[in-house]
Amino acid sequence: MNKALLEVKNLKMHFPVEEGLLFKKQVGSIRAIDGISFEIKEGETLGLVGESGCGKSTTARTIAQLYRATAGEIIFNGRNLASLSSTELLAERKNIQMVFQDPYASLNPRMTITEIIAEPLIIFKNRKLMNISRKEISERAEFLMEKVGLSSLFRNRYPHEFSGGQRQRIGIARALALNPKLILADEPVSALDVSIQSQILNLLSDLQSEYNLTYLFIAHDLAVIEYISTRVAVMYLGKIVEVADSRIIYKKPLHPYTEALLSAAPIPDPEIEKKRKRIVLSGDVPSPDRERTGCYFYDRCPRKMEVCKDNIPKLTETDDRHHVACFLYFNP
Amino acid sequence: MIGTNDAILNVNNLKTHFRTDEGIVKAVDGVTFSLRKGETLGFVGESGCGKSVTNLSLMKLIPSPPGRIVDGEVLFHDRDILKMKENEIRGIRGNKISMIFQDPMTSLNPFLKISTQLVETIILHQKKNETEARKRAIEMLELVGIPAPAKRIDSYPHQFSGGMRQRVMIAMALSCNPEILIADEPTTALDVTIQAQILELIKALSEKLGTATILITHDLGVVAGMCDTLNVMYAGRIIEKSDVSTLFSDPRHPYTRGLIKSVPRLDKKTGQKLYSIKGQPPNMIGMPECCPFHPRCEHTMDICRRSYPAAVVTESGNSVSCWLYHTLPYEGGVK
Repeated sequence: MNKALLEVKNLKMHFPVEEGLLFKKQVGSIRAIDGISFEIKEGETLGLVGESGCGKSTTARTIAQLYRATAGEIIFNGRNLASLSSTELLAERKNIQMVFQDPYASLNPRMTITEIIAEPLIIFKNRKLMNISRKEISERAEFLMEKVGLSSLFRNRYPHEFSGGQRQRIGIARALALNPKLILADEPVSALDVSIQSQILNLLSDLQSEYNLTYLFIAHDLAVIEYISTRVAVMYLGKIVEVADSRIIYKKPLHPYTEALLSAAPIPDPEIEKKRKRIVLSGDVPSPDRERTGCYFYDRCPRKMEVCKDNIPKLTETDDRHHVACFLYFNP
Repeated sequence: MIGTNDAILNVNNLKTHFRTDEGIVKAVDGVTFSLRKGETLGFVGESGCGKSVTNLSLMKLIPSPPGRIVDGEVLFHDRDILKMKENEIRGIRGNKISMIFQDPMTSLNPFLKISTQLVETIILHQKKNETEARKRAIEMLELVGIPAPAKRIDSYPHQFSGGMRQRVMIAMALSCNPEILIADEPTTALDVTIQAQILELIKALSEKLGTATILITHDLGVVAGMCDTLNVMYAGRIIEKSDVSTLFSDPRHPYTRGLIKSVPRLDKKTGQKLYSIKGQPPNMIGMPECCPFHPRCEHTMDICRRSYPAAVVTESGNSVSCWLYHTLPYEGGVK
């Protein structure tokens, strides 16, 4: 069994809510992530799934240290990223790269493709963290373009000359430039059309096997997550409610929220759709602006019990590598 | 399956073009279809294929310039909407044919209370006074499942969540008992659990009120559960028209086949690589008179590069625009 590349322990990210113009005063906080723990083994893909506002993107950004966590540990390769100084962190960033959702907003329109892909290399060269010549940098950029399926003839073009799918390839090439170990992919295919989406998913899985990459893959589309992931974590309101191997969680979901999520996802087959029974959840996702004393899913849960009201279920292993946070499966 | 009998809407050879600096974009290029009473018709295709422009053209909502409906007719109860005067169309728009848009955040006016926006529509179209209209508005909000409608009607749009706003939009669209409801990506901006709620609602209400629905979406899963008939669009044309079960069990056009195969599915565990259609959708400027799919197709023949295939009616009564079915008799599928 591979060792864990990334280990997240009781991570919390609370954003302050402030009031007042000149003298700002904190009046509350948005609990975007409220104590999550998980690990990703080397070469694995952890799929993170959940509805908008549940904290998926915040998780990725906190791991990348774009936000400083409120509490908790992020242990990457044996070192806690949250406690590193900024110089130490920069060196470690080489190993963690991100791919973003919006291929239009994530590329600088004033830079050519070569400049975009080479930028991480140039930064590391200038900070004397990497010994690489100008010529090697441009060779590497061309190599990466070919690797992600773009002709190197396009090297002097600008982002607006490319379609959404091609831009996403450029974003992937940029993420690969420093030979990272971990890629945090935040909804990398949700802005793309169906036929382009499958091209990018295949590219990502080819690159993974070629370079032994580890992915944290965020999506709201359950079928996409199932296709790409080895393990799946389901998030709700800043908490992880269930983690299991991808094969198992889709066959045997335990948490009522996972069940509802799976049954709500439409399947492109009219015969199956006719026969399916849907669990339609009532209501909306509540606001994460207050501390909860009971189960986070209590308001919408179709199987809630008395015990769920005043006790928070901890993520607990029920089966082999199958963790769930629900009192249906254990007592408080 | 597809006949013009008891059709309430017949669209013939509709063409909508946009003028741009680079040339003419034929966003809709000869679209023909009909809609029967109570039917749910789906439009699927990728972004830019013309599904939204087709349906905006039905109500003459194309901004002009740069857009222009250059040809075709839209027969609503045998009267051509495209030839009507603006004040006649206003009597149909929002009244006989109404629309729900993709983004519930931007399609409601943030400055006006929900009550003002709902009541306005009803007074305008239904010759009701304000008290009656308000009563009707509250009824509609109750019908779409807004809790405490009599109180919530005086809220502003920002006080509702995305799913609730889409419910308000549906209430507004159905408040005048329209014959046709056009839903343009009604659930794309919503989460899956909310999407399930909204789709159930549209389905139940259109059955209850006998409304014919046109559902525009890029999500094949959504159409599978909702529609009776499907139009698959590519580059401004309908390339395949079929009842929903045949379309999924026996798709004919290579594009439709590719599209269905390239969606990852929850119910099938293959562990294999996902199929993908090579290349990208074409640039719509100055498109030559050929099959627009030929650069990406696996079965391209010489003729595909030279001219556009007319629609062929298959033995199940559906139609497909592909040269493969012109030359060869159909023998259980093209491999």
